[in-house]
Amino acid sequence: MNFNIKVWRQKNAKSKGHFETYPIAGIEEDASFLEMLDILNEQLIREGKDPISFDHDCREGICGACSLYIDGRAHGPDDHVTTCQLFMRHFKDGATITVEPWRSAAFPVIKDLVVERRAFDKILQAGGFISVRTGSAQDANNILIPHDKAEESMDAAACVGCGACVATCKNGSAMLFVAARVSSLALLPQGRPEAARRAKAMVAKMDELGFGNCTNTRACELECPKGITVAHIARLNREFLKAKFSD
Amino acid sequence: MSEKLNSKIPAGPLSEKWTKRKSEIHLVSPNNKRKLDIIVVGTGLGGASAAAALGELGYNVKIFCISDSPRRAHSIAAQGGINAAKNYQNDNDSVYRLFYDTIKGGDYRSREANVYRLAEVSAAIIDQCVAQGIPFAREYGGYLANRSFGGVQVSRTFYARGQTGQQLLLGAYASLNKEIAAGTVKAYPRHEMLDLVLVNGQAKGIITRNLVTGELERFGAHAVIIATGGYGNTYFLSTNAMNSNGSAALQCYKKGAFFANPCFAQIHPTCIPVHGDQQCKLTLMSESLRNDGRIWVPKKLEDVEKLRKHAIKPSQIPEEDRDYYLERRYPAFGNLVPRDVASRAAKERCDAGFGVNETGKAVFLDFADAIKRLGKQRVAERYGNLFEMYEKITASSPWEEPMMIYPAIHYTMGGIWVDYDLQTTVPGLFAIGEANFSDHGGNRLGASALMQGLADGYFIVPVTIGDYLSNKFAEPRPDINAPEFIQAERAVRERIDRLFAVGGTETVDSIHKQLGHIMWEYVGMARDEKGLKKAIEEIKALKEKFYTSVKVPGSQFEFNQELEKALRLEDFFEIGELMARDALNREESCGGHFRVESQIEEGEAKRDDKNFMYVAAWEYKGEGKEPELHKEPLKYEFIEVKTRNYKD
Repeated sequence: MNFNIKVWRQKNAKSKGHFETYPIAGIEEDASFLEMLDILNEQLIREGKDPISFDHDCREGICGACSLYIDGRAHGPDDHVTTCQLFMRHFKDGATITVEPWRSAAFPVIKDLVVERRAFDKILQAGGFISVRTGSAQDANNILIPHDKAEESMDAAACVGCGACVATCKNGSAMLFVAARVSSLALLPQGRPEAARRAKAMVAKMDELGFGNCTNTRACELECPKGITVAHIARLNREFLKAKFSD
Repeated sequence: MSEKLNSKIPAGPLSEKWTKRKSEIHLVSPNNKRKLDIIVVGTGLGGASAAAALGELGYNVKIFCISDSPRRAHSIAAQGGINAAKNYQNDNDSVYRLFYDTIKGGDYRSREANVYRLAEVSAAIIDQCVAQGIPFAREYGGYLANRSFGGVQVSRTFYARGQTGQQLLLGAYASLNKEIAAGTVKAYPRHEMLDLVLVNGQAKGIITRNLVTGELERFGAHAVIIATGGYGNTYFLSTNAMNSNGSAALQCYKKGAFFANPCFAQIHPTCIPVHGDQQCKLTLMSESLRNDGRIWVPKKLEDVEKLRKHAIKPSQIPEEDRDYYLERRYPAFGNLVPRDVASRAAKERCDAGFGVNETGKAVFLDFADAIKRLGKQRVAERYGNLFEMYEKITASSPWEEPMMIYPAIHYTMGGIWVDYDLQTTVPGLFAIGEANFSDHGGNRLGASALMQGLADGYFIVPVTIGDYLSNKFAEPRPDINAPEFIQAERAVRERIDRLFAVGGTETVDSIHKQLGHIMWEYVGMARDEKGLKKAIEEIKALKEKFYTSVKVPGSQFEFNQELEKALRLEDFFEIGELMARDALNREESCGGHFRVESQIEEGEAKRDDKNFMYVAAWEYKGEGKEPELHKEPLKYEFIEVKTRNYKD
């Protein structure tokens, strides 16, 4: 297959970026999108050009490193996948494919398609944990958790922290990301003692870091590679209001 | 035993060794812990859990990782589960059985005392993880669920769908975040360790490259913990993440830490087969699939021909014409034999011409029986996300037709040599998780990597490091302007300058691919003397070619992924050569290491306990010089050493 790849080039955080278009030929339809970029980079290096920088690591949809905005969609045209799980068979032969980094005030560009997502770490540091000291836990089966509750908690815990929800939201809100963590822990008895504190602290940190507000457009759940639903945002809102009322 | 190796295994009965050691260890009082700095390199299960636990104890911890967030470490990709001797299934499991299975699974090449301790602390790991809020699978009564993994006859594996590694890592990362918030741990993401700094022979710091700005930075500490995983990417194609590398471990080796059993690499039997030469990464399909999936190839070569031409579908081949070769050869364990055994059996069938895809390198993993027996819903609950992942990649549905799988490099049992305290041959330098060598011998059992990473990080190194640090609190913090630090930084700078000076035309990846071919061909699933000698020569030649023809674009003072890869490839050359050298020395078949010269009928491995029941620890002797072999004999005082038998 042959393509024209129109890609965002930006030397560093301070410089102004621009699009450049590169032709690429002979791509197998079973190649992944990132393998296609690898091949393009080999080509650019041989032509004496600077290869395109992009974040990637596990290439099996679980590390959350890859973060491309492809033809106007976070992680590209397939549903519920990360970019590394996107295959060239989803594109038309001869197409021009536009590739951009996440666009969000809270995720500044480092270079080309690589962005800084440390804001997510900071939100989790504000309270996305259970304060248990190593060694002080009781026997695991002393805490009974109904099967369905554990499954629902796991649905939310599947978040890979990629940032697609933020990138796709017109407000640049991180509500789905925050909700996934708050909801996953709020569903479990172990998470209850700190539930109120956690919801307030994480929402406050999200606001402080420049993420936008949630206006319930539900765009985030459409693009979440792990299919995390806005039902978790509803649970976050309940936890948050409960916490505020009890203040 | 080589006089340079002291494994410091405590005397006394097996089950009392850890208790005894813990009671001997000197303590550091809380006010003195505050005066001590510890560097942790790597944020996977081992590194994140160690940093969190050390932070809780009150030490000052600095933790480094190459990715943008600690949560990206490759532990995240582990699918199937984590073992623990809880005996929640009432199937007569125990600490002893977990210990025994691990020693036997490792083909009697790991240390009794270390493995027993691993089994001993395994139960506490599950307690800790549940308390952290990890949503493990539950039964309808609310109790924890279990499943089985290869090489065992009990159900002791805890799991969170096919994402157990992710959930455990997010738990460790949450604990790490708790400590970062508390101020005891400081995290340095996008920082790569490029050298270890020794002062008076003791580990006192590291040199890192800031991957965003390209600046070299010096960091000092009273002790350094390496938790950077394995070196499977030496083979270019593996199930490891693209950025996984062996560089930190190799830098430690070059600074005096012995490297143990480098030839022990695990080849995982259930990976999605290679599809073409544009591929750069192989995808694992969890071993848990072998609980219910049945592995087979056709009995008749004419059926193989038809499959390759897509003239028939696998489901059209009648039952009597299928060869369920693992069930046939190993009736007692069937499809759940250990990984090394399953991988070799797949290779044997494919070498005999029964490979089921166009390349002849694939076998079937079939769920038709399981779907019939359990129903679609229960199969989906157990493996739904794995089926989806497989379908996304191959565009074929495991609900309709069997999966196609083939072995691929997955894990490295070898690593930095450590004593019972997990301290290396360099004082003050510790190695944990996959980065060390100690617990898995010649072959690691499924669901044991997660167990080892968290055992080392939460429960072992936070205790043992105290013994080393107990007389260090009066020492001032290492001065990063000392000549040792300046010199180490200069050496790294020269190394980087040298790469840019080559100015060739070949890309780093194209040379890495060639290294991968050499490794897979000669240091892969079947090894012999001639091939290994050839590998050593070819790797040397390729390395020379690298220094005359590689092209590293851009500059060193910017975000430069090609430079990162070039530096790692330099180290993969040395690791590859060391692996071949170790494989050449070990003239026996053992675990994942199969020497063609050493086999019995049916291609079963022939171990040589008389001559090779030792840990091979290699000492670096300088650039271009042959490393020196030191032997740590393995003594089995508490179990009888047997030939591994999974047949009856």
